[in-house]
Amino acid sequence: MGIDSLVGGTIWDEYSNKVTNLMNNPQNMGEITEEQANDMNAKLIVADFGAESCGDAVRLYWAVDPKTDKILSSKFKSFGCGTAIASSDTMAELCKDKTVDEAVKITNIDVELAMRDTPDTPAVPPQKMHCSVMAYDVIKKAAAQYKGVDMESFEEEVIVCECARVTLSTLQEVIRLNDLTTIEQITDYTKAGGFCKSCIRPGGHEEKDVYLVDLLDEYEKEKMSAGATLGNDSGTSVDFVKMTIVQRIKAVDKVIDENIRQMLVMDGGDMEILDIKENGENFDIYIRYLGACNGCASADTGTLFAIENILKEKLSDNIRVLPI
Amino acid sequence: MNVYLDNNATTIVDPHVYEAMEPYFVQKYGNPNSLHAFASDTHPGIKSAMEKIYAGINADREDSVVITSCATESNNWVLKSIYFEYILTGKKNHIMISEVEHPSVIATAKWIESMGCKVTYLPINHEGIVDVQAVKDNMTDKTALVSIMWANNETGAIFPVEEIGAICKEHAVLFHTDAVQAIGKLPVDVQSFNVDYLTFSAHKFHGPKGVGALYLKKGKELMPLLHGGSQMGGFRSGTLNVAGIVGMGKAIESAVEALDFEMTNIREMRDAFEDELLKIEDTFVVTPRAKRTPNTILISFRGIEGESMLWDLNRAGIGASTGSACASEDLEANSVMEAIGAAEDLAHTAIRFSFSRYTTQEELDYTLRVVHAAVLRLRGISSSYAYAPEGHESGLDVHH
Repeated sequence: MGIDSLVGGTIWDEYSNKVTNLMNNPQNMGEITEEQANDMNAKLIVADFGAESCGDAVRLYWAVDPKTDKILSSKFKSFGCGTAIASSDTMAELCKDKTVDEAVKITNIDVELAMRDTPDTPAVPPQKMHCSVMAYDVIKKAAAQYKGVDMESFEEEVIVCECARVTLSTLQEVIRLNDLTTIEQITDYTKAGGFCKSCIRPGGHEEKDVYLVDLLDEYEKEKMSAGATLGNDSGTSVDFVKMTIVQRIKAVDKVIDENIRQMLVMDGGDMEILDIKENGENFDIYIRYLGACNGCASADTGTLFAIENILKEKLSDNIRVLPI
Repeated sequence: MNVYLDNNATTIVDPHVYEAMEPYFVQKYGNPNSLHAFASDTHPGIKSAMEKIYAGINADREDSVVITSCATESNNWVLKSIYFEYILTGKKNHIMISEVEHPSVIATAKWIESMGCKVTYLPINHEGIVDVQAVKDNMTDKTALVSIMWANNETGAIFPVEEIGAICKEHAVLFHTDAVQAIGKLPVDVQSFNVDYLTFSAHKFHGPKGVGALYLKKGKELMPLLHGGSQMGGFRSGTLNVAGIVGMGKAIESAVEALDFEMTNIREMRDAFEDELLKIEDTFVVTPRAKRTPNTILISFRGIEGESMLWDLNRAGIGASTGSACASEDLEANSVMEAIGAAEDLAHTAIRFSFSRYTTQEELDYTLRVVHAAVLRLRGISSSYAYAPEGHESGLDVHH
């Protein structure tokens, strides 16, 4: 939130001048015919990517010198919005005079960078990064055709967020190392999910094999099973705040067993936990005194403070103990 | 030349409306609820405006037409109050809307759904219109409300609100219609058919922005959404938007006066313009003209993504619209086009031209020339019409 997010401008205001100029006047728009390729003694490659039903599609034409693998001419045709056309144009430009192997290394990020007016200002608004991905994909498709291989063979790793080119292994590592629990955090740390948003959860613009929500789930489950084997640890190895409710009850029980119960039993009393409730940032632990504790003068003063202090020290400063 | 053809989004304020509002900023600025002459100076203007607003939809004096801040507020009010009064209390558990309602109805219905209410999203048919039969089929004894727009903002499709109102009456179910796109384009008479709540908004008929209204039939009053100083009979608290109310009054009076012009002259201009557009190869219009508001065209130009067309129109000074694809944050296709089941490759190609009584023939002639040039240029860039060598298997029709 904040002033900039309250009254947005139009997305067109966020296009760089280069994007605007290329949309108005694309430089590499056109076709290469079989005859034209023959005249250059080149092999014609025509690759398609995207679909009109998805809102953007591109056809890339290459004339490739079969002796040197060099792309002698590179043209495009594109169905899409302004950024799709400008990205396709830039992509076609970047392919020129490169070998096919060099061209395959061009990513959507290179395309976007090439469209920037100044190095630090993005060429397109976040939701339009998606258009440059199509430009990147069609290169792979063209190269695969030229080499007679599968398009996937150019991708060494599974990419979850194609806009920012964030791999599955990077995401898993960052989530685990930083103990990330929300999509916003993932975007802040890796940029994944900050653009076309298709990779966040099913139902977006693109269908994916893995979504960011899946990765969060996976990590959550991992933590749960780690929590279940918490066993003989001190109980403080996992942050109390991040425990599930069952884990919290177990952890509190453990602290009471090890540090408190003995003290109460010596005086002929005992206690039980009734419930743990989150109250803002506090954890309210409701307890009931049993035996001699019940009605004891210090049950609401000294004993209570002792119980609360031990739980605070062992588990969380935000614990409050409420006898019922 | 600048041409405004996006009148379903908002309209130019009628200069007479502006003139009528003007005294209520610097001269008659009193709070109408106060006890002094500054306040009472505003009363005749408000009263006369309210009379015009009542007359504009032929509301009975015993009905309530409550002035709100916008149609979004009016729509939220109906759905949320129904939720609080009928759903939350367990009396009913179901509401019905169409799948092409304005976001202020859809998003509110989704919120109600998240609170545990059943919501039926009625489909539209191949002409972009809700089937009356579907309303009948989905009625249950636990249905609290049916909310169906009078005319669709994107296609201009007119929905059978009279018939739906009759079905609701038969089942003793409350009926709300969002008539934002109807006022000034169609005759609107709340006494001519069964309707309990009706939403409208001044800026869609040459009034100011920030003034909406909700008609509530006598005996069907809703609990207020805004509590406070009991303005608007306690139904909608908040200091009266005096200039806005005066503006809405003048605007609805003029809109009703201009209704014949809209339904004949504007319709003729629209039809002729549409005929010319349809002469361009590979263009498609969904809803038949007779079933549309007289000012609206939603047309697909095959092979041209909607935002690209808007881009070229805008460069030539023409403002039109697309609810589709890349123009919006979520990149998704025009929802109405999808709902209609239009050919998939057309879902991102729809452009809406919406006229008003200020639209001139000269503007339309100019627009037509610009559209021709844009179609030529953009289809030249488009992969949809691109060369492919013999034997090339096109990959462009496959969903990726």
